[in-house]
Amino acid sequence: MSSSMLFNVTMIVYMVSTCIFFAFLASRSKAVGLAGTYAALFGFLVQTAAIGLRWKESYDQGHGHAPLSNLFESVVFFSWTIILIFLVIDFKYKYRAIGFFVVPFALFGMAWAQLGLDSGIEPLVPALQSNWLVYHVITCFLGYAAFAVACGISIMYLLREKLEQTGGNSPAGGVLSMFPSIKILDDLNYKAIMIGFPLLTLGIVTGAAWANYAWGTYWSWDPKETWSLIVWFVYAAFLHARITRGWVGRRAAILSIIGFAATIFCYLGVNLLLSGLHSYGK
Amino acid sequence: MTTNKRGLAQQLWDFFCSLRLTIFLLIGLALTSIIGTVIQQGPQREYLATLSETKIRLYSALGFFDMYHSWWFILLLYLLTLNLICCSIKRLPRVWKIVSEPVLVMDEAFQKSLTSVKELKLRGGKSELKDKLASLLKAEFAAPVVTERDGAYHLFAQKNRWCRLGVYVVHFSIIIIFIGALIGSFFGYKGYVNIPEGGAISQVATRGGKMVDLGYQVRCEKFTVTFYDTGAPKEFKSLLTVLENGQPVPGYQSVPVIVNDPLTYKGVTFYQSSYGPSDEGALYHISVRNRSTGAQVKLDGRQGERLALPGGAFLSVMEATQDVRPFMKGFDGPGAQVEFTPAGGKPQPFVILSSRYDSFNAEHGGDLIITFDGMDQKFFTGLQVANDPGVLVVWLGCLLMVIGICMAFFMSHKRVWARISDDGVTVGGSASKNPAGFEMSFDELVQKLNKA
Repeated sequence: MSSSMLFNVTMIVYMVSTCIFFAFLASRSKAVGLAGTYAALFGFLVQTAAIGLRWKESYDQGHGHAPLSNLFESVVFFSWTIILIFLVIDFKYKYRAIGFFVVPFALFGMAWAQLGLDSGIEPLVPALQSNWLVYHVITCFLGYAAFAVACGISIMYLLREKLEQTGGNSPAGGVLSMFPSIKILDDLNYKAIMIGFPLLTLGIVTGAAWANYAWGTYWSWDPKETWSLIVWFVYAAFLHARITRGWVGRRAAILSIIGFAATIFCYLGVNLLLSGLHSYGK
Repeated sequence: MTTNKRGLAQQLWDFFCSLRLTIFLLIGLALTSIIGTVIQQGPQREYLATLSETKIRLYSALGFFDMYHSWWFILLLYLLTLNLICCSIKRLPRVWKIVSEPVLVMDEAFQKSLTSVKELKLRGGKSELKDKLASLLKAEFAAPVVTERDGAYHLFAQKNRWCRLGVYVVHFSIIIIFIGALIGSFFGYKGYVNIPEGGAISQVATRGGKMVDLGYQVRCEKFTVTFYDTGAPKEFKSLLTVLENGQPVPGYQSVPVIVNDPLTYKGVTFYQSSYGPSDEGALYHISVRNRSTGAQVKLDGRQGERLALPGGAFLSVMEATQDVRPFMKGFDGPGAQVEFTPAGGKPQPFVILSSRYDSFNAEHGGDLIITFDGMDQKFFTGLQVANDPGVLVVWLGCLLMVIGICMAFFMSHKRVWARISDDGVTVGGSASKNPAGFEMSFDELVQKLNKA
């Protein structure tokens, strides 16, 4: 058994989970919703095993390192963190409909990694040979994942808001009726960002600490650093907007979606389109 | 006139205290920061060549080539700092009052402002009830303060009151980080230095173009680079020695410095950053053996040098490497690209390897078998040099920021009041965050108190 096989299983399970969540929206059966969550949990466990196995495989090849060193490994880890944050929020608040808007992010990540990216295990280049790699990548991606969950919830908010405005007579109303109310969605959006913002802050701080340790400069306005700061600014604006009148609900949901778009650009756009210090992520 | 002036000052104050300004500045900083990630910073010739002249003039006028140090970007940062200072000054006293002077007595008016209020079904002597409730509160929540007023006992208990200051800790931490950055830019420097193997330096060129005297010498004893089987670099290593008055400093002799493991001496840190062949050039070692007689000659030469071989032929080494793995699959060890000119013949280019690949080497060279025995390549090591006295201040700011964010996001100031009067016992509670979660724990607490 190889990690690659387990990653394929993971991808299929996430696809199944997404389908079950859709069936939940259509059938409105609580049992189906729970099945969707358990499918996601099963996929998460398989993926955890696969990441562990890949870690071991790198040791078997003689240059062991945490599987967080290239684009394939980071996309896989990103989808793992998305499911982790989703499961935490799911078990705490039990709004199963969110699964249909969050699990697809993880599914998309796994599909892209498995079908479109080079999955070879490469030894670590000197710049990455540091324990900071683990702290930095884990905090950043947990933050990104929380923002992905917030983005999914915000999309639900905008859909559900439309339904409440039109009075629930649209044909899609049946599916949307399984959504939590907009008040709850607004609150969940805020809660997910409350998880993500401290983690992103820690990610930026550990990145700065590592940069200072490796290059002697904690901040050099490299595109990656700058974009992480842009994301930080957007969510800081979101948090301050909450205490100003008129910036809850719809505007908050839009800001959260913009924030996640900036996050994705920070993660992928910078590596694929701009040049800079994080070029090993290509 | 005076009212006008006061009016203006008041308006300015309100302007800088407003949250709308905060949101405007944060989004403004986010949007403008994008510019510097799209336009390459620090004008590089190749990049400038791709731009039209009007663009170059426009960009330099707007400071886009050094955007993050342009006057308007710095101004935005100062405005944000001013904004958060004003906001904190305006709001801190009110919050400080909640923290330092808690409302000890829940009267009717205050009771109405609370979301969680319950009547207890307890009957008995007031004093006796007070003691019971006080000990229960202490066990289940927090030790209460007891106040007696108008023939009634008032209990007040609270948890995590300091978390109300979390927001201000975060604001303060941002100012600390800015101070650290300013200290670094005024009193520190960033520089770069190349040291050839065996050579020493005592000065460093800063990014600002100045020369800084270190007051001691740094010598590079040796530089090595190793590769993985795949040809990817594995390790860049310099052995550095610090010399004071020409004498090696104990403990600072031949210190290995690799990427992610720098050397610090007297506040200045040296980071492994790059390397290259030193000006002196490599010395190549070559053996030449006659196929029929077996007579062997050893030769040394530098790049491009024409070496006379026995029998009238000539050989020049064009290029060589210590390790051919990145270039030739299935081979390793040293290798050289040479140009061999037989006596009276035309130059022939080919590759020679070490003596382990004798049959490979025998494919060329006419009467001679030419073997590459390796090379002495001297390198220079490129070191990033930094002296930043503000860096500890920046870390202090970062630490405060993380602590402040955790206080502000994950802790909740919970307060519980109890009033024991002739009319019965009333309990009220409030929390600064997560009202739904507090409601549940409040109901649980009330149930426990009811059993008193």
